[in-house]
Amino acid sequence: MIPLTYMMSLSTIIFAIGVAGVIIRRNILVMYMSIELMLNAVNLAFIALGNRLGSMDGQVIAFFVMTVAAAEAAVGLAIIISTFRNRETVHADELTLMRW
Amino acid sequence: MPPFLYLFLGALAIVSALGVVVQRNPIHSLLSLISTLLIIAIFFIGEDAVVVGFLQIIVYAGAIMVLFLFVIWLLNLQAEIGPTGHVVLKVFGSLAAAALATELFLFLSAPHLEVKMVREPSGYGSLASLAGKLFNEYLVAFEVTSVLLLAAVVGAVALARRIPDEVELGASDVRAATAMRAADAARRVQG
Repeated sequence: MIPLTYMMSLSTIIFAIGVAGVIIRRNILVMYMSIELMLNAVNLAFIALGNRLGSMDGQVIAFFVMTVAAAEAAVGLAIIISTFRNRETVHADELTLMRW
Repeated sequence: MPPFLYLFLGALAIVSALGVVVQRNPIHSLLSLISTLLIIAIFFIGEDAVVVGFLQIIVYAGAIMVLFLFVIWLLNLQAEIGPTGHVVLKVFGSLAAAALATELFLFLSAPHLEVKMVREPSGYGSLASLAGKLFNEYLVAFEVTSVLLLAAVVGAVALARRIPDEVELGASDVRAATAMRAADAARRVQG
């Protein structure tokens, strides 16, 4: 079996790439994809740890994370569509209505 | 999973995850994301989470990514031309992500996290054991999740719906609609 440290470092690297994507990119859709990347990295850590502990809890929690991600994607994409309809942009820097 | 397969797939996962961030065209980002999700699904299956791995392929790489694809089509997004952001932000973001990765790595490789390897019970990762957990121990969470999904569906439809503008309707249409609403109300009072 692959050592736990290996799986955890892979999960860590993918999570960090997701964080970098949210910080660097200004396209709302790509920022959203980066969030999905982070959710998946966490799922990987859950499942690897659950496997090492011989417990099914990790898999059940990964299942719930996937469900919540589906709900989040549906609502988030609807928000993006209605934003685009009103402002004609998906560029995060141009959405400054609520900036102080 | 043999170690060389782990190294190969891990490198592939990191490269395609980087592809999500660095591609200029949203469609290319999406394709990179799908390939990352598929590789992660293979890792799930390698970690004895067969059901969750296949759910990942069907629900994530299948359904959610198609939703993203439809939105990209609907908004007619093109590849970004020219600079895609501030240089300072890029430098700061990369440094922050690298620092986060280092910090998480140091924390996760600490000796106190070395878990004792437990021999898996028989049927580990099977549909029966997952369902057994889900419908006994996590029953309340499961039901709450179904309510959450319902709320998300209703919310998504309500948000993305185009609200008919009464100004655009002709005056006669407005009068007809008002009359219809009045007739409706009268019928409801009678009934």
